[in-house]
Amino acid sequence: MAVDRIKAFFTRRGFGQALIGIATTGYLGAVLYPVLRFLASGARFAGEGTEVNEVLLGDADAISAGSGKNFAFGSRPALVVRAKDGSFSAFLATCTHLGCTVAYDAAKGAVRCPCHGGVFDAATGKNLGGPPPKPLRRLEAVVEGGKLVVRRAKT
Amino acid sequence: MASPPRPPIDEDHLPDPFDALDAASHADVEEEEPPAPALVRWIDDRIGLEQLSGLARKKTVPVHRQDFWYYFGGITLLFFVVQMFTGLLLLVYYQPGVGTAHASVARITSEIEFGWLIRSTHSWAANLMLLFAFVHMFSVYFMKAFRAPRELTWGSGILLLGLGMGFGFTGYLLPWDQLAFAGAKIALKSIAGAPGGDIIAMMLGAPLDSAGEPNVGAVSLQRFFALHVAVLPTLFMPLLGLHLWLVQKHGNAIPPSEEGRPTTRTVPFYPNFLFKDLVVWLLCLNLLTVLAAFSPWELGEAVDVAKPMPPGIHPEWYFMAQFELLKLVPAHVGPIDGEMVGMALFTLAALLWAVVPLWDRGTNAGARLRRINYVGFFAAAALIALTGLGYLGWP
Repeated sequence: MAVDRIKAFFTRRGFGQALIGIATTGYLGAVLYPVLRFLASGARFAGEGTEVNEVLLGDADAISAGSGKNFAFGSRPALVVRAKDGSFSAFLATCTHLGCTVAYDAAKGAVRCPCHGGVFDAATGKNLGGPPPKPLRRLEAVVEGGKLVVRRAKT
Repeated sequence: MASPPRPPIDEDHLPDPFDALDAASHADVEEEEPPAPALVRWIDDRIGLEQLSGLARKKTVPVHRQDFWYYFGGITLLFFVVQMFTGLLLLVYYQPGVGTAHASVARITSEIEFGWLIRSTHSWAANLMLLFAFVHMFSVYFMKAFRAPRELTWGSGILLLGLGMGFGFTGYLLPWDQLAFAGAKIALKSIAGAPGGDIIAMMLGAPLDSAGEPNVGAVSLQRFFALHVAVLPTLFMPLLGLHLWLVQKHGNAIPPSEEGRPTTRTVPFYPNFLFKDLVVWLLCLNLLTVLAAFSPWELGEAVDVAKPMPPGIHPEWYFMAQFELLKLVPAHVGPIDGEMVGMALFTLAALLWAVVPLWDRGTNAGARLRRINYVGFFAAAALIALTGLGYLGWP
């Protein structure tokens, strides 16, 4: 009964036990707090040294019309596709379904995911078929002085 | 009428203020216990918690003038648990490898929140663990607690101390700073001087080069790391289990000075002794925290072979006696290499110490008991003197 509990607290013994409980909780907290901060503060180094804004891919003409090329954009997989008309489009090559790395399928003329058969438009990155719920994230591909440069797209 | 002469006061049997407490807590145990919750009963039916708590209830601890020393094994164990815990945390960020080890420790110390505290706690607790292990060992020696049937408890304890020093030796190199590098080099060089020492150096990843110098580098750093976090714990844990099980099986030893008494009082381990243990552990944890927080462990400059070793270089205190002995022995003793003599002396003394249950005669009085005590005093005095001389930089 609640009243009994309150009465028990106001005995010398109950008060002592409550004090011990509070002290123990405080002590455990004083140990656990630094440990949690210690573990949590490492997360900010996770992408360290791998964040990039721009990647140089060399001669633009090395990539023939109607083909694609996978490359690393910092620590992330990326894909550049050259359409039949010679224009470039680039995406982060991470499937929006479960994160597999996608590739350009020249026979189908589309970007395909090998894991679960997702299909994306090779020019826009739009999800066309299979399980992917969203389009691929676009990067900006430009040719400067004959060299292909891929940048983080301006949003 | 004259009162009868009062019996002499027996100071050892004056009322102990803890008695009242003990009696009080006994009363608690005998209270009607409420039925255990269903979940507890479910688990109990399957793994038999009742047997365990029965064991805990049966275990008792003797009460006498020297029972103070019973705390030291538990304190050593506490610091070992702290080592496991902080070691696992450091392992989250530490990266072995000559290019990354120092930088990762520097990051732990200066960038990861509370990293400096956890690293400092790991270093301090390592030293305290070994310190209390030595105190525990000497107290066991003088209480003759190594005698039958506790020979294997003593032996496993000696091996645990050896492994503990191995943890210290291997862990010291891991930050890969100049001091760590120098320490490993000097230690490996002196090990290499002993017969078969070159093989040990090779196994530790530091084979001797054509000039006879141990090649401390990437391979040895990786092996010290593997030893520190995998090999030594794998050896240590079962041995610790055996040690604790033997302590549980045989109970606390009663020193010869107390054995002759008509009755030796005991208190239940749970809750009486365990609660006192908890208080002692709390004090030790507080001491550790104060040391770690107010005297944080330093990190030197990264290893640079082009730089001379720092001046006044010396090993950690628990290797100081060996180091000093090697300094004291002349380069040649007759036709034998001086270092060899020093190593042999130390090894022989350690071996004799480890097998004391074999040469001790088990007498509780007289010249033989005194002799074994003298051996203990001599060992303690020699260790302390050599360590002290080492710190004074003599000769």
